[in-house]
Amino acid sequence: MATVSMTINGKQVTGDVEGRTLLVDFLREDQRLTGTHVGCDTSQCGACTVHVDGKAVKSCTMLALQADGAAVTTIEGLADGDVLHPMQEAFREHHGLQCGFCTPGMIMSATALAARNAAPTEADVRHHLEGNLCRCTGYHNIVKAVMAGARAMQA
Amino acid sequence: MPRDDGIGASVRRKEDFRFVTGRGTYTDDINRYGQTYAAFARSPYAHARIDGIDTAAAQAVAGVVAVFTGDDLAAAGVNGLPCGWQIHSKNGEPMAEPGHPPLAQGKARYVGDAVAVVIAETRAAAKAGAEALEIAYTPLAAVASIRAAKAAGAAVFDDIPSNNCYDWELGDRADIDAAIAAAPQTVTLSLVNNRLVPNAMEPRSAIGDYDTATGEHTLFTTSQNPHVIRLLMGAFVLGIPEHKLRVVAPDVGGGFGSKIFHYAEEAVVTWAAAKIRRPVKWTSDRSEAFLTDAHGRDHETTVTLAMDNDGKFLALKVITDANMGAYLSTFAPCVPTYLYATLLAGQYTTPKIFAGVNAWFTNTCPVDAYRGAGRPEATYVVERIVEEAARHLNIDPAELRRRNFISPDAFPYQTPVALEYDSGNYAGTLALATKAIDYDGFKARQAASKAAGKLRGIGFSAYIEACGIAPSAVVGSLGARAGLYESGAVRVHPTGSVTFYTGSHSHGQGHETTFAQVIAERLGVSVENVDVVHGDTSKVQFGMGTYGSRSLAVGGSALSKALDKVEAKAKKIAAHLMEASDADVEFKDGVFTVAGTDKSVAFGDVALTAYVPHNFPHDELEPGLEEQAFYDPKNFTYPAGCHICEVEIDPDTGVIEIANFVAADDFGNIVNPMIVEGQVHGGIAQGVGQALMEGCVYGEDGQLVTGSYMDYCLPRADNLPNFKVSTQVTPCPHNPLGVKGCGEAGAIAAPAAVMNAVTDALRSVGVTKPIDMPATPSKVWAALNGA
Ligand code: FES
Ligand code: FES
Repeated sequence: MATVSMTINGKQVTGDVEGRTLLVDFLREDQRLTGTHVGCDTSQCGACTVHVDGKAVKSCTMLALQADGAAVTTIEGLADGDVLHPMQEAFREHHGLQCGFCTPGMIMSATALAARNAAPTEADVRHHLEGNLCRCTGYHNIVKAVMAGARAMQA
Repeated sequence: MPRDDGIGASVRRKEDFRFVTGRGTYTDDINRYGQTYAAFARSPYAHARIDGIDTAAAQAVAGVVAVFTGDDLAAAGVNGLPCGWQIHSKNGEPMAEPGHPPLAQGKARYVGDAVAVVIAETRAAAKAGAEALEIAYTPLAAVASIRAAKAAGAAVFDDIPSNNCYDWELGDRADIDAAIAAAPQTVTLSLVNNRLVPNAMEPRSAIGDYDTATGEHTLFTTSQNPHVIRLLMGAFVLGIPEHKLRVVAPDVGGGFGSKIFHYAEEAVVTWAAAKIRRPVKWTSDRSEAFLTDAHGRDHETTVTLAMDNDGKFLALKVITDANMGAYLSTFAPCVPTYLYATLLAGQYTTPKIFAGVNAWFTNTCPVDAYRGAGRPEATYVVERIVEEAARHLNIDPAELRRRNFISPDAFPYQTPVALEYDSGNYAGTLALATKAIDYDGFKARQAASKAAGKLRGIGFSAYIEACGIAPSAVVGSLGARAGLYESGAVRVHPTGSVTFYTGSHSHGQGHETTFAQVIAERLGVSVENVDVVHGDTSKVQFGMGTYGSRSLAVGGSALSKALDKVEAKAKKIAAHLMEASDADVEFKDGVFTVAGTDKSVAFGDVALTAYVPHNFPHDELEPGLEEQAFYDPKNFTYPAGCHICEVEIDPDTGVIEIANFVAADDFGNIVNPMIVEGQVHGGIAQGVGQALMEGCVYGEDGQLVTGSYMDYCLPRADNLPNFKVSTQVTPCPHNPLGVKGCGEAGAIAAPAAVMNAVTDALRSVGVTKPIDMPATPSKVWAALNGA
């Protein structure tokens, strides 16, 4: 066991983890932040996407210890109280989710895209979301939502 | 003035706030006090004798609490997993129905078959324990494909040496053979409907809990139908009466059929929790999901269509082999029979149809219903052969379809394959779709592609499905061991807000919004004041769950009936308040009025009076306002439509791009167009996935070759285009909302449309070599290069 400290959604947290503990397990099991999901075991579905120091990262590909000292944002940290983040609002408005399982990862990935590309095209969005699998929506409305959400983030 | 949150409005979903903020509660998000973790030891062989299991080393792993094997379960009286549908072979014999123990006994029959379970304080310890188990196997010859099953060189079950589950038929074979022999024109195709892995993004999970104080068992599980699981597991596997067994299916991350079935892990965690007196949690990882979630499709078919010289269809003969896998999953036997052969008339007047279906056991994961279940396979057969016929006769494929459509004035229409279609307008959806894709402009687009060195093709799929599953009397006579009605209870609270308890289950379909809209429309309360409760057998009296596009057609009809009762009672209360006769009371937009007077009382006042019954005429009226209804459909519903796909192929690489995809669907009345469109998009994506990308492959030794997202090609955002979807409305005439169901249409229609487009593009350069799904670039390139 080793001690790990990080900021999660603006809050300083410390925990004891095994060397092999993945960041996603630390978030879900230790911190009880279950909005970050696990959809695969080969780092391909993106359901576990969070921000680590502002970058979108698949939290199943990273050890908790590697996030020591980092600032982590999860889906739970995006809204301002009950006021949704523009990207969350765009997913709701454009029906960019059905079962909701891929959604936290999609939104975290999308906000990272929007942060560096204020007006992504459909092709930009489809390319960027290659690492996030959705089995429900056929991506059609997700793409719409991300384009609208990125624009709304500039407002 | 219509409500902005009533029927027909694209109300934004009530459930989305919790999902976009990460506050959904999926099964793996739940943790019980004192919880342990289960890991399953699974057979690495497709077929093996289990010679012995030494648990000592596993027991010695730090944190391991218990180890159980198939023998332990058998000794405790745990029964096998039941099959919910019995098919009879053409000779009258019931299907072969081998036992399916939750943990294998004596033999393991597919890679992933659960052999033992290790329960430990942590997930890691449970996995370490499972790895430490010493299981002595003697590998046996594997039956890994339909071909191997038919060869009968090895048997999956010793007492079923033929590997045949049933040999079933529908129609008069001799009569159809004669019609085909006498017909001036025939076309024949051999088709493979590729095996698929459903891949709901949320892996399966199950938590068993046992209350030592009350003797109540609770199972939290990723299910599309918790009451069905309670019935199957309680009554057949574990022998727990309903009042002592609660099954909760909370937020569920997609199902597509794969979460209908009762799985071994559910029974094992429920049983083990009571045994060790602690909660037991199991969550599948994706690798386990590939190995053990029931797969879909896997048919091999030969089809012959006979026509006259004008292309009028005379007879259709379909011979199919279907793979059941190693055991009969819950509804597996009905998929290649009553959900398949009965749809072979398609949208056409084909007068004579014969279907012969053999189902085979193999040493592979069980196969069962996956989005569409039987109907995509039927549509694929019909629409591929119709397109083939158009090419053979050199008739435009749209025109050939029009010549054979059942006409809109022919309903109700009795097909030769048992179903009575209730309503439809097939030429209407064909016209909508051809207009949407600019069919007239296709030749010019094809020429433009050619000039750019590309091959362009177009393909139709005029599909029909039987949804709203199902009239209990009909399915009962066909072998279903359950009724397929739905229940719903409307509870009006004293302040006029409403809770609706439904036996339908949402795992992405948005019931919390759609059902609330139906209630808002009817009672005049806003959708914010309606909550929909589902997925918990302790809250909802009974229910058959969600599959077969049945929620609104059957569950919504139960809601409608319950609302009738609520309105009837509310009218009596209103009559009492307004001192009128209830026959004179009218109810509209949330207000009760007395005809010909200015008296009125709002729904909220009636609700309050129901619970504050001062001056109530107690002889005539009980306090309270809550009503329940069960609805058993009179017939299936028949959503239908036309999807058209246009592809462009790069002949240098074989890469197929979907240039255009349009859908024109008839789902009857529509409550929430936004949600319906989303369902169609998702279905099309799965259908395109089947046609171009997805294929589940087993090696000859029965090893799963496509066991991860690195080997199984799930469609990604950049593999798919936008879809143009539209609807036509011919209301269902026999259910109160006039709805037909929309959940499966895309997955049913799309594969044939895509493959007809691909084969059309290949033909434009003279390549007629058949190509099976998935039409990957390498297959297309090989076809183009004569390889
Ligand atoms: S769980 Fe991290 S990519 Fe799938
Ligand atoms: S919404 Fe279900 S997986 Fe994307």
